[in-house]
Amino acid sequence: MKILVCISKAPDTTSKIAFTDNNTAFDKNGVQFIINPYDEWYALVRGLELKEANGGSVTILNVGGADNDPTIRKALAIGADDAVRINMEPTDALGVAKQIADYAKENTFDMVLCGKETIDYNGSQVGGMVAAFLDQPFISNASKLDMAGNTATVERDIQGGKEIVQVDTPFVLSAAKGMAEARIPNMRGIMAARTKPLNVVEPSAFENTTEIASYELPPAKGACKMVSADNPAELLNLLRNEAKII
Amino acid sequence: MSILVYANTAKNKVHKSAFEAVSYGAQIAEKSGDSVTAVVVGNADDLDTLGKYGADKVIHVTNDKLNDFQPTLIAQAIQQAAEENNASIIVFSHDLSGKSVAPILAAKMNAGIVTGAVDLPQMDGDFIVKKAVFSGKAYAHVKVTTATKIISLTPNALEKKEYNKTASVEDKAYELGDSRLKVVEQKIQSTDLPLTEAELVVSAGRGLKGPENWGMIEDLAKALGAATACSRPVSDMDWRPHHEHVGQTGVAIRPNLYIAIGISGAIQHLAGVNQSKVIVAINTDPEAPFFKAADYGIVGDAFEVVPKLVVAAKAMN
Ligand SMILES: Cc1cc2nc3c(=O)[nH]c(=O)nc-3n(C[C@H](O)[C@H](O)[C@H](O)COP(=O)(O)OP(=O)(O)OC[C@H]3O[C@@H](n4cnc5c(N)ncnc54)[C@H](O)[C@@H]3O)c2cc1C
Ligand SMILES: Nc1ncnc2c1ncn2[C@@H]1O[C@H](COP(=O)(O)O)[C@@H](O)[C@H]1O
Repeated sequence: MKILVCISKAPDTTSKIAFTDNNTAFDKNGVQFIINPYDEWYALVRGLELKEANGGSVTILNVGGADNDPTIRKALAIGADDAVRINMEPTDALGVAKQIADYAKENTFDMVLCGKETIDYNGSQVGGMVAAFLDQPFISNASKLDMAGNTATVERDIQGGKEIVQVDTPFVLSAAKGMAEARIPNMRGIMAARTKPLNVVEPSAFENTTEIASYELPPAKGACKMVSADNPAELLNLLRNEAKII
Repeated sequence: MSILVYANTAKNKVHKSAFEAVSYGAQIAEKSGDSVTAVVVGNADDLDTLGKYGADKVIHVTNDKLNDFQPTLIAQAIQQAAEENNASIIVFSHDLSGKSVAPILAAKMNAGIVTGAVDLPQMDGDFIVKKAVFSGKAYAHVKVTTATKIISLTPNALEKKEYNKTASVEDKAYELGDSRLKVVEQKIQSTDLPLTEAELVVSAGRGLKGPENWGMIEDLAKALGAATACSRPVSDMDWRPHHEHVGQTGVAIRPNLYIAIGISGAIQHLAGVNQSKVIVAINTDPEAPFFKAADYGIVGDAFEVVPKLVVAAKAMN
């Protein structure tokens, strides 16, 4: 079973969000980067479990610059076999998806696993686009994935509930909570990751369809109005007559 | 030219988020002078109600293949409707169905897409859409440079506007490909409204000590007509079902009112709720970070405060 796991780099969840260059760029100063949690905890770990049970390989794919290499090495330390970095600063989801799809077309995989969204751009775009470029089925927001031969049984979140679907390989899936439990890389994994292959590939040509013109921080919150614990009814009164929401 | 809106349905009914998307499309059309066409796929009733929120026309795609949720086939149907109606802008709701279908369509049509829009696009000169990024901690203004544009609208982000038009309904049986995806079983939750669409949410955390104490949370939610949610440790310990988990790694919501009871207000929790219009925090610890994000707060013991709130809420109804 050949599995491709797409990982993206994201600022650590506790990072302070600030912008530079007249609010046109994210301020990376002092920011720690991690593997996007959905990609690491769910897509990657489930991919590894399937490989451990059925044999095969797990390849990591990232579209990004050389400063992503430490993040990619962490994915290798968790247990992936090899990694590919498509050497391009991602600016637009369609561009990223096209690179992923082009690579997957040339190197045929049984499944491409993505996260349900990145926690920085919050796109929820790349997985569906990769599926469309590959003309493969797309199962989004999957919370369980089991394989029997080349048939996958997947539980996915849909509007108002969950659904069990079946699909034969190849397919593209985006992973949500429930797929697996996070794994912490051990010392042996970290040592092994240093010598695992990380191949750098140059991107194919494409044209951007969107660009970020600027960023904006939400207005600062006003002070919190305190209500006495002895008179909680006053809270409801404020919500009805001041905030006018109940 | 026209603005096309994918109006999704559940249990044969048009979804609340679909009405929001149609109203959003109609507000764009008001500026651009285009007409508004809503596309509905699969079994659905009462489609003329879409006129109320601004649809001039409804295309009902009746192909049987669409009775299951088949994102690829839905994208094919919408693409045909878009081409037939010369659509310049295609609108989705940024809910679970939009998140699946919209990116497929964007790739097939090579259309620039902005997901999670929180405001109407700016259209004089460049076409720019404001969206939430960094899990609600900031906004990005995204410029779309293609002729056909796709936008998905965050649920509950904008007030719906009524137009009270009469929408004509046209049945279409578009040719669709075959899907390799088979739906084996559906587990629709009995709760009526998905959390992402609830206007009022009562949420509780580890401060509640154990699952047996959720009775008062449910009572409060019921008295207010609110949905219930929880913090991540609470769903991890199986005190509450996983679909109630809000935050960075759970669902992101933006209700009109979010009441957080016994939740500390960790940044990853706030990431999923900080776009709520009004936030209330109830916590024994006056230093709890949630008070910094809240509009109203009570420093107190949930086991004393919440039962009193339930009584007061019932008295108010
Ligand atoms: C990558 C990552 C992603 C994460 N994603 C999420 C996420 O999506 N959602 C999420 O919620 N968390 C998430 N977390 C976890 C998050 O950091 C916090 O640990 C979690 O939100 C804490 O939950 P809590 O507030 O319920 O519990 P605690 O932090 O234990 O807080 C309990 C609170 O209850 C108060 N309290 C105690 N007794 C009472 C009482 N009788 N009455 C009133 N108040 C009382 C306490 O003062 C305290 O403030 C994530 C963490 C990481 C690292
Ligand atoms: N630059 C990237 N390189 C590789 N995979 C990516 C990249 N960006 C996004 N992805 C994958 O696509 C998923 C959805 O991303 P997004 O559409 O940006 O929310 C992520 O969870 C990753 O699995």
